[in-house]
This record gives sequence, structure tokens and C-alpha cells, in this order.
Amino acid sequence: MYKLRKIRFSYLIWETFCMNASALAPMETMDPELRGMVERCLQEWEGREGNLIMILHEIQNRHGFVPREASLFLAEAMGIPMARIYEVLTFYHYFKLIAPGKHNLTVCNGTACYLKGSGRLLTELERRLSIKDGETTEDRMFHMESVRCIGCCGMAPAMVVDQKTFGKVAVTDVAGMIERIRLQEESDA
Amino acid sequence: MIATSVKAKINGLPVEVPVGTSILEAARSVQVEIPTLCKHRDLMPTAACGLCIVKVSNSRRLPRACATAIEEGMEVWTHDAELTRVRRTTLELILSNHPNACLTCGRNGDCELQGMAADFGIRQDCIPRYVRELEPDTSTGSIVMDFSKCIKCGRCIEVCQEKQNVWALSFLQRGIQTRMAPAGDISLSESPCIRCGQCSAHCPTGAIVENDETATVWEALRDPDKYCTVQIAPSVRVALGEAFGYPPGTDLTGKIYAVLRRLGFKAVFDTTFAADLTIIEEASEFVQRFVHGKGELPLITSCCPAWVDFMEKRYSDFLPNFSTAKSPQQMLGVMAKTYFAEQEGIDPARIYQVSVMPCTAKKYELERTDEMFASGHQDVDVVLTTRELARMIKQSGIAFKELADQEADSVLGTYSGAGVIFGATGGVMEAALRTAYHRITGKNLEKEAIDILPVRGLEGVRSATLNVAGNEVRVAVAHGLNHVETLLNQVRAARERNEEPPYHFIEVMACPGGCIGGGGQPYGVCDELRKQRIQGLMQSDAAMPLRFSHENPEIQTLYRDFLGEPLGEKAHKLLHTRYAARAAYKR
Repeated sequence: MYKLRKIRFSYLIWETFCMNASALAPMETMDPELRGMVERCLQEWEGREGNLIMILHEIQNRHGFVPREASLFLAEAMGIPMARIYEVLTFYHYFKLIAPGKHNLTVCNGTACYLKGSGRLLTELERRLSIKDGETTEDRMFHMESVRCIGCCGMAPAMVVDQKTFGKVAVTDVAGMIERIRLQEESDA
Repeated sequence: MIATSVKAKINGLPVEVPVGTSILEAARSVQVEIPTLCKHRDLMPTAACGLCIVKVSNSRRLPRACATAIEEGMEVWTHDAELTRVRRTTLELILSNHPNACLTCGRNGDCELQGMAADFGIRQDCIPRYVRELEPDTSTGSIVMDFSKCIKCGRCIEVCQEKQNVWALSFLQRGIQTRMAPAGDISLSESPCIRCGQCSAHCPTGAIVENDETATVWEALRDPDKYCTVQIAPSVRVALGEAFGYPPGTDLTGKIYAVLRRLGFKAVFDTTFAADLTIIEEASEFVQRFVHGKGELPLITSCCPAWVDFMEKRYSDFLPNFSTAKSPQQMLGVMAKTYFAEQEGIDPARIYQVSVMPCTAKKYELERTDEMFASGHQDVDVVLTTRELARMIKQSGIAFKELADQEADSVLGTYSGAGVIFGATGGVMEAALRTAYHRITGKNLEKEAIDILPVRGLEGVRSATLNVAGNEVRVAVAHGLNHVETLLNQVRAARERNEEPPYHFIEVMACPGGCIGGGGQPYGVCDELRKQRIQGLMQSDAAMPLRFSHENPEIQTLYRDFLGEPLGEKAHKLLHTRYAARAAYKR
């Protein structure tokens, strides 16, 4: 197994790299705000075993997805090959690599949820939002997708709506979920 | 007392092997070959293909022989009707995800999957075919990656990540979606890939092959306006024969010269000549740094383009340590289009220089920097790997094995034994030390000391301390890029502590075994084969009357009549290059 090297920031080396225009080209465009956020995530999980996946979770939770620059930054700072980070990112359906819609509707399609009718939840969402699995509505308001097991098999079929998990979801619950978000958005506006 | 070996039975035959030996290896010791598509002798088992299943006593499971250690008293059966049936089904499942495109595939006739299907007598498609069509990646110009032909054995990833420490390739996604690709949706040329081609040398199918440029060369040979010249690398001579049934390590230099002339090349040069030239420049550089203190130590060799690429991407703090001497291929190219053109009165614009290399990264080296155009033209026009040359010879209808030996063209063809061993790991070091010794002491190494044995062998890192006229010269050799980091970290540590460097001279070759194990060599590479190829080179060196680069008469003439002094102004302009830090990921 690839051993995680202790997180170490060597700003001196870092700055030297950044000054060299050809080296580390993709990171030059990194938004300072994003960089600050990634640095905070790194500090929070510093030195803990198995921290990569937790840091990636943290970035996605705060940013909505894991931008490529963030992965490049992590690779350098943690001494983990970029290839390994992408192996993790693409293995789990949970992680997003591009900006999602404002609200995420995730349907678990793991074995238990599948058997308990997650397919019907998906069809209902597709019908109500007029998009397909993995797509985002034109107004970028809703993104829906199915993922493999989210680890809540006891509550099958399960859905995650904006980081809140719902268990034993019935097809008739779906319309209400969407409506509540819409109303909230309207009142905020 | 802890037992160090286990006794067991395979198909009723008694075996005794060291503890921890896999069933697959143990079976080989009693001449039993268990079929496998994913286990490669160089690599750790991935247990991916499922073909090597066997039956063992006291278990109803069918363990995979590659990833199961044989145990004391175990009875193993490797072949029976049931095992064959299960293997056959597994193979049919693999084939059902593989395009039926053997006739147009780069591995046609030399493919492990095709061979397995032939062995199992597969005569029809039993399972409906599902092939994931993805565009082949041709971005590197060195290798072509066609994912649709991948059987997900994981060898390329194992070799790229663990053996080479490059981490260009990874397994992305999972299940039926799994594919090998660089991190994210980028092309190989935008990834840390160094084009060493070890993935292509280890791939069991046609999913990763060299970029075949034989058509370009045929076209050039037919063009009456072009004056086609050719050079062959040291390691090609001991490997090409494998494609024609010769035992590995057979030195076929004379036959290769003959066949190249028959193919239509007007002048046949030898990269080994340029290896001698590289040594003169590099040994002079070493003496300048070591004796006169001009420049950084350790001096690090730079004739391997994959290593150069790797260093520029990963270890750019070592830029000043790199020898600025060009690789032999590029040196020969520039000499052909300047010195040779001048001597023969040929317009260098007409010269079309082909080089035959064991290497896929050499295809990239051609346009690496502006210095690769030092003659005013592209110094080398196209690179063929050993595999491509074998293909051209077979296409040409020339009975290669029956050809009488010929000599190379004399201006850029004479070489020393020191040049020959360039093709093996440690060879550049050894050749350079032979000449550096002469430069420092003014006399040659004694006959029995010419073979510098401590730098030979196949251990990943080898180091030695040599006494040169009372001076301690510390050298190290690494091959296979996973061995480089430890070595360079030692140097870094000394640098941080402001101490003397642990080594004065370091040789690095990207491919395990050096060029003889290059990514463009005939298939089937493993340490056994590497040893045989190295043996071939060492024997040729030992048999040569000329064993020092600096004694090569053509090299001496070249400096006297054309180049002037080693490291002089002209030599610098034509024979040296520069390096720059590069981003591992372009995006």
C-alpha cells in the first residue's frame, strides 16, 4: 500500500515552483479562496491515518465538488501521486469532479436499496425534474444521480438530499422534497 | 527452528521450494506451466484474470496459483477436465470484452491473449461480445494506448506505479466501467508519462503498443530524393535475433548491417560509435567536475530520454548535476548531418536519418529541445524500435538468417567494447570510468581491471568505491526508476547538511536492466532474459581488441579533423544540450 507521507508544507519549495512558469502550470490558476479552504482541510486532518478520503470529503462538502486544482495541490502537499487521488475519486460515485447543481438529490442504488425499489425513486425524480441520472437541471438548481451503497442499508431505500440522509423513502415523498427546496429558494430570493 | 523450505506435491510430483513460493512458481520447478494472463514474472500478482486456478488438497475452493503460497504437505492439481472447463469459460468471458480484431492489431502473432485462445482451441464466440469503445490515445507519439483491447490485468499499472514510480497510469472508476488512464480526462502526453514503454513491454494484448512508424520509413526509402542513413543502438544487436528464433543475447551486428543495406539504406552507422563519443564528452565533464571542481557533483548520466523526462518533471533540483552531453542517438544524428555530409559532399537536407532503438522514449527525444536540431536540420528524422525493425525485415522478404555478415560504414561505424556495454545497466558508468581513469592518470586500466565488476549485475542500486590515482571515486548505478529516489535522497540529505556528496558519479537508466530491457525490445522480458542479453553484450565487449572509447581511431580522427577539443566550442554547440523543469501535469 502507498503510505501516506506526513503532511508537510514547505512554502519555500512551493513558492520556487510557482515562480517557475512551466512547472506546475495547472495550479497557477488556483483560486486563493479555494486554496485557503484546501489548506484548512489539510490542517484539520494532518497526520491522521487514512486522511486522504476524509480530506476529499471535506473539500466536496465545502465546495460542492473536488476541483482538479485541489487534487493537484493535495498531491503535492501530501506526497501522494495524483493518480492515486483520482483512483479514489473515481472509485466512489459520491465524489464529483465538476460543479454540480445547487441542490443535490442522491439516490442510493446499492443492493439493499435496489431491492427496496430505489429504481422507482430514480424514475420519479427523472420525471419530475425532466433530467436523466447524473444530469443537472438547466437552471443549475437540481442535480440528481444514483450512487452505490451509502452505507445506510438498514434504512433502504435511502436518499441524500443536500447532505441530509432520508431513509425508507416512498415514491410519493419525492414531489414534496423537490417542492420544499423550491419554496425555500423562492422565499430566500 | 523455523523451516525455510516446504515440501509438497504438484500433480503427484514432489516439490521442495522456499517458504512463500507461489503455487505458480513451484509448478514451474517441476516443468508444469499453469496458464495466466495477468501474472508477469517481473511483477507482483494481481490475481485479476482468474486463469491460474488450481485444486488443492482439503479445500473445495479453487485458489489462484499466482497469489497462493504453497504449503507444507499440500497436494496440488493443476490440470484436469474441470479446471480446463472453468478456465475455458473464464477465457471466453475475457474474450467477450475483447474486440475480434486480431488481423489488424499491433500484437497479431505475438499476443498472449491470442496465444491463450489458440491453446484452448476457442473456435466460436460463446458469449455475446460487449466492448467498450474509447478513442485510442496517440498523444505521446511513442506509444498507442487502445483501451478497447485492455483485459484489465493491471500489469501496466503495476509497472508504471511500482516498478517505474511514474504514476502516469491508474485504474479509474470501477466494475465494468474500469479503465486504465492517466488521472482525470487528460491524454498521456499531458500526464507524468515519460514514454519509457514498459507498459507496452508488459501488456499481454495489443492495448498498449509502440507507435508503428515503419510506413514512414518505407516511404523515405522509396523516395529517390532522400539519402537514407541508419544507426543501430548497442542493445538492438543482442535482442533483434529473438524475433527470428535466435537465443536471447546472440550478437547479430554483422547480419543487421547487411539487412539494413538490403533494405535500401545508403549508409549504415552504429550508435555504438556515438556511445564512444558520448563517453569522451561525459568523461571529460566528469574530470572537469571531479578534478578541477568546475560544476556540481555528483555528475548524473543523461543518455536515457525517459530518465531525462522524469528528472525534469520530478527532480528538477538536480538539473545542474545532469551531464549536458547528448545521448548517443542524437550525437550520431548530428555527426551524420554535419561531418559525414561534409566528408561525402552530400547536402544534409537530403539526408534522412533513421535510428533503430530499443526504446519508445527515443521517439520523443527527436524533438525534445532546439539542440536536437543542431545540424540545422532535425538531426534524427525517425526512430524505429527493435520490434518495428523486425517487422520491416519480415515484410521485406529478405532471408535474414542466411545473410553474410557485413561491416558498418567507416566514418561513423567503428566502435569500442566500451560503447557496446552502453546497452546494459552499469555500462555507461563502466565505459566512462575506463576513459576517466585514463584522463586522470594518463594511463589505461590494467587488463584484468578493465571489467569494473562492482557496477555490473541486476540489483536495483549498485554502488562502488574506486581508487583512481589515490583518489576515492564513489559511483552508483540505478535502473528501474523506482530505485532512483533513495539514491537521490541520499544526495539531497548530504546537500542539506552541507556535506560532501555520497557519490561523485551516478548512472540512471529508466528501464530495468538498462536499454537491453527497453520498452521497444522484443516481448517476453524478464530477469532471465535480461541476463542473457547483458551476457551477449559483455561477451562482445570482452572479445573486442578495442576496449576504450578514447582509443577508437575514428573518434580520434573526428576530434582532430572536425570537432577540436572535447567540451570545446564546436563540441559544445553540436554535442551538448540543456534541461528545464517541466510540469508533471500539463493540466
